Amino acid sequence: MSDIADRVKKIVVEHLGVEEEKVTENASFIDDLGADSLDTVELVMAFEEEFGIEIPDDAAETIQTFGDAVKFITEAA
Amino acid sequence: MFDLTGKTALITGASGGIGAEIARVLHGAGATVGLSGTRIEPLEALAAELGERAFVLPCNLSDAAAVEELPKQAAAAMGSVDILVNNAGITRDGLMMRMSDEDWEQVIDVNLTSTFRLSRGVLRGMMKTRWGRIVNISSIVGTGGNPGQANYAAAKAGMVGMSKSLAAEVATRGVTVNCIAPGFIATAMTDKLNDEQRERLLVKIPAGRMGEVRDIAAAVLYLASDEGGYVTGSTLHVNGGMSMV
Repeated sequence: MSDIADRVKKIVVEHLGVEEEKVTENASFIDDLGADSLDTVELVMAFEEEFGIEIPDDAAETIQTFGDAVKFITEAA
Repeated sequence: MFDLTGKTALITGASGGIGAEIARVLHGAGATVGLSGTRIEPLEALAAELGERAFVLPCNLSDAAAVEELPKQAAAAMGSVDILVNNAGITRDGLMMRMSDEDWEQVIDVNLTSTFRLSRGVLRGMMKTRWGRIVNISSIVGTGGNPGQANYAAAKAGMVGMSKSLAAEVATRGVTVNCIAPGFIATAMTDKLNDEQRERLLVKIPAGRMGEVRDIAAAVLYLASDEGGYVTGSTLHVNGGMSMV
């Protein structure tokens, strides 16, 4: 697994308090990992800080799963 | 009770009578305070009076870019912003039939939109630490209306609706958002009233006196404290019984 994926996973695990094994490629933050809408905003803010990138609102809306997040950040970083 | 040691508070309109007293009381409870306002002299005088743990952060709230910067400047100076008191306000009174778009917009911008922008600006830090207090100084006219103040009353009522919405959004993160609605408070402005005007006013106030700035500051201290943590989305009316809502 790439370095980016590791760092994203760490943030998700810490923030949502879920087990690492549950954070899979297609795991949806809201449907599978128990996030609410505020959690998703906080996750995006945490990604922005960790990777020093800006994630605009319309892009943030497309980040639904762990895989989405890794893909977006890999392209943006 | 009401110990704010280690907390940081940003207060807008700290050059005015109510804002300065809020700063004094929060500082007296142990908080580090960021004093914001447009007039630098009174801010510096207040900072000198308070001594340590006081920072002067001038800001013109009608300047959107400056408003965006203020939370960052405050966090840079104090390390964080745990408590935000949106106290600054302006009036541009006039009967609505003759009110200009400009007078409407200025009052909405400074009183309501800056409150929105500053609150948004401090939220990230508060959400992270899972502790935050936003106290918005509304007004009795926000619920009761006042002839000649359509713009001001709209801004102050708008603050209440905005605060309730934000309160619901961030309640799970230990961040509370409340309003205080002062009635008639003795300040430099009300000193200009003549005896007859004063008498007419006082008969409407069951407490029989105008409020003091410390009455408002004490309410802010309560809402800003750990002890006030279960109060959110509410409006605390501090008006001597002038309006019981």
